[in-house]
Amino acid sequence: MNPLIGKTVAGTSSCCRRRSEFGLKAKIIITPKKAVVDPQGKTVQSALAHMGYAGVGAVHVGKYLEIELAGADKETARKQIDDACHKILSNPVIEEYRFEIE
Amino acid sequence: MNFAVLQFPASNCDQDAVHVLRNVFGHSARLLWHKEDSLGDADAVVIPGGFSYGDYLRTGAIARFSPVMEAVQTFAASGGLVLGICNGFQILCEAGLLPGALIRNRSLQFRCEHIFLKTITADSPFTNQIPAEKLLRVPIAHGEGCYFADEETLSRLRANDQILWRYVDARGEPTEGANPNGSLDSIAGICNESRNVAGLMPHPERACENILGCADGRLIFESLLHALETRKSLAAPQSAAIAA
Repeated sequence: MNPLIGKTVAGTSSCCRRRSEFGLKAKIIITPKKAVVDPQGKTVQSALAHMGYAGVGAVHVGKYLEIELAGADKETARKQIDDACHKILSNPVIEEYRFEIE
Repeated sequence: MNFAVLQFPASNCDQDAVHVLRNVFGHSARLLWHKEDSLGDADAVVIPGGFSYGDYLRTGAIARFSPVMEAVQTFAASGGLVLGICNGFQILCEAGLLPGALIRNRSLQFRCEHIFLKTITADSPFTNQIPAEKLLRVPIAHGEGCYFADEETLSRLRANDQILWRYVDARGEPTEGANPNGSLDSIAGICNESRNVAGLMPHPERACENILGCADGRLIFESLLHALETRKSLAAPQSAAIAA
């Protein structure tokens, strides 16, 4: 028996189990507040200008997170993610966040 | 005095802090792992520098939820003295024990050099032994030390005399060139409104012995020790009376 075939089958079944367990996914975008200096954004902006891309305005560099959620309805998930964003995933002093639940 | 020096995964100035407190000042200092939920008999807490939890998410963001930080919250709320150095400052801001936040250096560069600090007020347990016009020459080593707070918080810091140190040039002027990270108002260190919790980005624990090139950092620890001794001597007659 080809051990590789066995592995593939096992991998597939574990993947299917995961999908049913984690029904929802939160997609979170965290960006620096407008009042906060964003040196990364400024550096990327000037790099784009140097490369000849016309009409490039302000650039803001933030973070993107995907979180899988098991067994929660959308409304519960929304509350949970909003709480987590406020407490740990973002810092309200310097960042803003927005998210969607799929 | 008994010092608790916190230790998180990827703390890397913890041993330096313990060395200074034990071997330079002759006090008791012990390392306290982040999973501990009690500070024991600590008279003061030092949160050392490093890259706790790999600086993942934001500097200090994950360390702030360690069990030991709950004990620090209670300790600070009851007036206990807490000093956060570099990553310790970042953790204290994330924990809400100090206002504001520390973000990426304006230059985007990790800065590792000696700077000059001007002490803005002697009215704190962390600055009381620093002569008014004395500039402290101490090292910095950080990539995320740019102090940020909104305008309202900044005016509160100024009004309450909570700014303890500013970055200055050799003449004591807070010029843009002397500001290594773009901190607002050249802020290098602050304390809370109750003045028992302080944080600073520079490393006084790396500047306590002449063999290291300068010993100005001693003044900050001497201030802390002076404050602790004053507290003990004020508390002593009271406990003697109870004993009698």
